[in-house]
Amino acid sequence: MIRRLLFVSVMLLSASPVFAVNPDEVLADPGLEARARALSAQLRCMVCQNQSIDDSNAELAKDLRILVRERITAGDSDDAVIDYVVSRYGEFVLLNPRFETKTWLLWGAPIVLLLAGAAAMIVSARRRTGKATGTPLSDEEQARLDSVLRNGE
Amino acid sequence: MIIELGHYALVLALGVSVLQAIMPVFGALRGDRALMEIGTVAAKATFLLVVLSFGVLTYAHVTSDFSVQNVWENSHSQVPLLYKYSGVWGNHEGSMLLWMLILTFFSALVAVFGDNLPETLKANVLAVQAWIASAFSLFILLTSNPFNRLIDAPGEGRDLNPVLQDIGLAIHPPLLYLGYVGFSVCFSFAVAALIEGRIDAAWARWVRPWTLAAWTCLTAGIAMGSYWAYYELGWGGWWFWDPVENASFIPWLAGTALLHSALVMEKREALKIWTILLAILTFSMSLLGTFLVRSGVLTSVHAFATDPTRGVFILVILILFIGGAFSLFAFRAARLKAGGLFAPISREGALVLNNLILTTAAATVLTGTLYPLVLEALTGSKISVGAPFFNMTFGLLMLPLLLAVPFGPLLAWKRGDLLGAGQRLFAAVAIGLVVGCVIYYAQHGGPVMALFGLALGAYLIAGSLTELLLRSGIGKVPGSVALRRLKGLPRSVFGTALAHIGLGVALIGIVAVTAFETEHIVEMKPGMTTDAGGYTLRFDGLRDGKGPNYTEQSGHFTVLRAGVVVTEVWSSKRLYTARRMPTTEAGIRTFGVSQLYVSLGDGMADGGVVVRVWWKPMILCIWGGALFMMAGGAVSLSDRRLRIGAPSRAKKQKKPVLEPAR
Repeated sequence: MIRRLLFVSVMLLSASPVFAVNPDEVLADPGLEARARALSAQLRCMVCQNQSIDDSNAELAKDLRILVRERITAGDSDDAVIDYVVSRYGEFVLLNPRFETKTWLLWGAPIVLLLAGAAAMIVSARRRTGKATGTPLSDEEQARLDSVLRNGE
Repeated sequence: MIIELGHYALVLALGVSVLQAIMPVFGALRGDRALMEIGTVAAKATFLLVVLSFGVLTYAHVTSDFSVQNVWENSHSQVPLLYKYSGVWGNHEGSMLLWMLILTFFSALVAVFGDNLPETLKANVLAVQAWIASAFSLFILLTSNPFNRLIDAPGEGRDLNPVLQDIGLAIHPPLLYLGYVGFSVCFSFAVAALIEGRIDAAWARWVRPWTLAAWTCLTAGIAMGSYWAYYELGWGGWWFWDPVENASFIPWLAGTALLHSALVMEKREALKIWTILLAILTFSMSLLGTFLVRSGVLTSVHAFATDPTRGVFILVILILFIGGAFSLFAFRAARLKAGGLFAPISREGALVLNNLILTTAAATVLTGTLYPLVLEALTGSKISVGAPFFNMTFGLLMLPLLLAVPFGPLLAWKRGDLLGAGQRLFAAVAIGLVVGCVIYYAQHGGPVMALFGLALGAYLIAGSLTELLLRSGIGKVPGSVALRRLKGLPRSVFGTALAHIGLGVALIGIVAVTAFETEHIVEMKPGMTTDAGGYTLRFDGLRDGKGPNYTEQSGHFTVLRAGVVVTEVWSSKRLYTARRMPTTEAGIRTFGVSQLYVSLGDGMADGGVVVRVWWKPMILCIWGGALFMMAGGAVSLSDRRLRIGAPSRAKKQKKPVLEPAR
């Protein structure tokens, strides 16, 4: 029941026409604002379904957007802002997961699969060229071939 | 009474499906024609029964019969008539019934048009189709019955989810399901071939049109869904890498690979085992998609119905079918003989590369979608995998593929000439470079990746046209001769060219809108203006309105260019009265292939209103590219060879009988 309530409230929030980024949040310096937007696109709105805080209009997303802008104005680098947000909200907040032990399989999957596929391709191609195709002649066919060759039929 | 009739028809459909699932297999084993024939009759009967059942549910929705729980939960007497029809599948139960309808429709098509198939193959294909149909009708009857009645019929319904009250709902799910479920036929053919332990070029000739048809519908469904999300959700995004989007995109990628490998199999009898595996994989991904969306394992905007018991049921179906098919594959694949030889540099080789990259891409998207779920289940730690991950990995994988696409059709079967193909593509590469330079000049620089992406798109389009130019000899022979040659080319050549052009067009749209989109978030009072994409937008004021089942507030905007009025835009916020749910109706104006997108936000205390204005350069190319791809699919499908290629028993020609010479 609580899950359903939560779900409904999330639906309501996500469909509400209240905007994600509001004019009062925008930083005066366009350079800093661009950085803030780029960072926001990589941070997850924790109460939404697969939305970045840049796209979401939930209250929590707004708080996070303001937090990101505060850190940027305070002079933090992009990495420092991300580290700060992660230290407060956990790694769940990162839409682009970090490369570490628990995600090496995720990041490695494309490369491993591509290489494994390529290797399988090469092996099967080798095997194919090495093997003669077609079925050998049956005794009858062989006899007929011999007779043709002998008699020039 | 009518409702119960629909329910009964569905129960009967289950019964007939079970018969169809068992009898033809025995018939094929024993060579008993009468038993095999049961499959044909039963497939037609099941389809008619499901049509009846679906018709009854539609009747209940259209007449707003609120004594039916499904209608009460998802409809309203004031909903416009179109949404009463589309509302039939705008909910879990109804959409599963639509799934069944399309599945049995395809079975019936095989039953009706499959006369020239080998008898046993047809019997087995219909049986496998019936296994799927039985499983899903059982699922509907046991966990998702749309015909449940309410004891006290309420006077008014709870309304259809407002986000779904759109023409998109009438088109998107049926197209998507035609694609999803269309691959079931390929799956059934693959499993039937494994059961028989035999596969030949005729098999591929049968499977290829099904793959083409399913793929074309799936392309249309995905593109349609993307455009729907773009204009309905009100923040101008068109692809979110949402798990549910991925659930439809993974079968699309696998299906695209299947389309190409079936080509190799048909023409050259190579890649047999791989094609079988891909056919199984593609439908498995469709089933997995259904499971992910229907079980509520993933929560997303699409999960309008979530229920764990349903999830477990679908999971069982999933394991039975995917596991069963793969076990069968493991036991039987060795019996299928590998076919024709080819050198690495050849048309076959290019198509193998295509398959390698597309399946890796499908696996990557699948991994990204499921990884957070699996990791949380295993270790309890929660991570997110979102758009940045997918954009990067998927983009990197697609790059070599896109560069290679124009080479494929220019390479000869068996042994190709890479250098020769490269020379023939010289003009295409040059065009790409010129486009890159022109944009560099026009944009005074611009992001390097964007320039490269646009150049790549131009190269793809030019490269896809190269084959047509070369084969018709335009520029080398007199125009009339070239035209005659062009007319004489097989349709599939045009299909290939169109689909590949579509890829280039879509790429150009994606890159242009990503790199050069502009966005303005401003608070506006009547009379104020803002600029976007060379146009000036003037806010004229707000107006209150009322629809059949909602109230709305619309902002009126005038679009000016150099002080001259060009057009006007309405952008509104709606409140659907039954569910008290607000939605946005973005104001969109199209200029060529670019769009001006105006979304209305909150009103301010001082009479102003927050407005978000986007200039989306060349955005229509994204869906235009999909249209090209669909046209390519349709043109290929109309190729004569696909229709007359399959061996025909009716018109068996008298061949000179070969007898051993004496």
